[in-house]
Amino acid sequence: MNHLSEEELVLHCYGEAGDAAPVDQHLKECESCRSVYASLQRTLNVVDGMPVPERGADYGDLVWQRIASFVPRRSRRFLTSPWRWAAAGAAFATLLVAAFLLGRWNPRPPVTMQLTADPEAQQRLLTLAVADYLSRSQVVLVELANANTNGAVDISPEQDRVENLLTENRLYRQSAMHMGDAAIAAVLDDLERVLLEIEHAPSRLSAVQMDELRRQLHEDGILFKIRVLDSTVRTRDEHKL
Amino acid sequence: MEFADQAVVARARSGDAEAFRVLVERHSRGLFRLAFRMTGNESDAEDVVQETLLRAYRQLSKFDERASFGTWLYRIATNYALDVMRSHARRREQPPPLDTAADPLLSAPSADPTPDRLALSAEVRDRVTEAMDELSAAERTAFVLRHFEGMGIEDVSRILGCQPSAAKHSIFRAVQKLRRALDPLASTAR
Repeated sequence: MNHLSEEELVLHCYGEAGDAAPVDQHLKECESCRSVYASLQRTLNVVDGMPVPERGADYGDLVWQRIASFVPRRSRRFLTSPWRWAAAGAAFATLLVAAFLLGRWNPRPPVTMQLTADPEAQQRLLTLAVADYLSRSQVVLVELANANTNGAVDISPEQDRVENLLTENRLYRQSAMHMGDAAIAAVLDDLERVLLEIEHAPSRLSAVQMDELRRQLHEDGILFKIRVLDSTVRTRDEHKL
Repeated sequence: MEFADQAVVARARSGDAEAFRVLVERHSRGLFRLAFRMTGNESDAEDVVQETLLRAYRQLSKFDERASFGTWLYRIATNYALDVMRSHARRREQPPPLDTAADPLLSAPSADPTPDRLALSAEVRDRVTEAMDELSAAERTAFVLRHFEGMGIEDVSRILGCQPSAAKHSIFRAVQKLRRALDPLASTAR
């Protein structure tokens, strides 16, 4: 066999040379070609060191903030979906109930616009609503995590509930951010991503896809975060009472 | 959760901005790495990421849902980055010096602790950057797609819009130039 050309050696490096056996055999026998091949490998090893500035896990979110204003937001199905109305109604009802309870528990005399004027009251209102919301989210995620995977699984009932939870999530997250409660806002943000993934998944998942979903839930640690936050907000509220 | 890409794209095509947000969050980091390796410049790379995603949004109706959304995005990014590189062809820009502590090469443990990697110094990294800057836009793009992104020749040629033989030749020319520039250093680093 004649000496290998540099081009053949480059293609061999990348596994694009077709039948690799004759090339390997030649490299074993030919010191000259072996030396060129080693030089190519050294070079490519060095090139692997080309520095690339790292971007953090929140980079996608930052990019989105930059381009979001160029992406027109259409309220998809919001006005036509009864689920959305039901979800919005449920969220509003949660807030009303929380406000009512707050009024009964609060020893101070009622003040006009008290809910918006008293930061502590606002905080407790949010805490109550979020605790209830987290419990319901947890139930859906646990059901998905424990779903039977002997065959394809229809997750459309869970997706309907997730759609409702997403509507509430945005409301609570915005309130938390507005009130400077970063801990609640951060977990709700993580939860929103997970819920979005579930909402956008196909409604029938194969066993493999279900395993992937479970793995993702596990890797995100979202159930753990929810339990911790749920426990924290309930404890915080008990102390305030 | 890659299995959901298709479903998310379908939602985004129907005008669901939140679905498109999921795609942005999923693909931005990969796009940035590709763009930086092609342009060698951080602000150009940021520009490529942003423009790619906006172009993708505007062209979503043209996307063939049977294809890979990631590959389609990479094609848009590559084309735009090539435009940027060609427009900068006359002025070579050095990337800003990197924080050593944030350099994944130096901080991350390598599965292959060859002497080359361990001995990489700031000087070697500068030389790698310079050598990459000496490649033509087509050579650099073909090399980045093959070497860093692990794409096959067929995919590289599809993205570059050329014959596989031309893509193969661009990769070969790139490796040849890099070897001429870097082998003396690589040999000393052994």
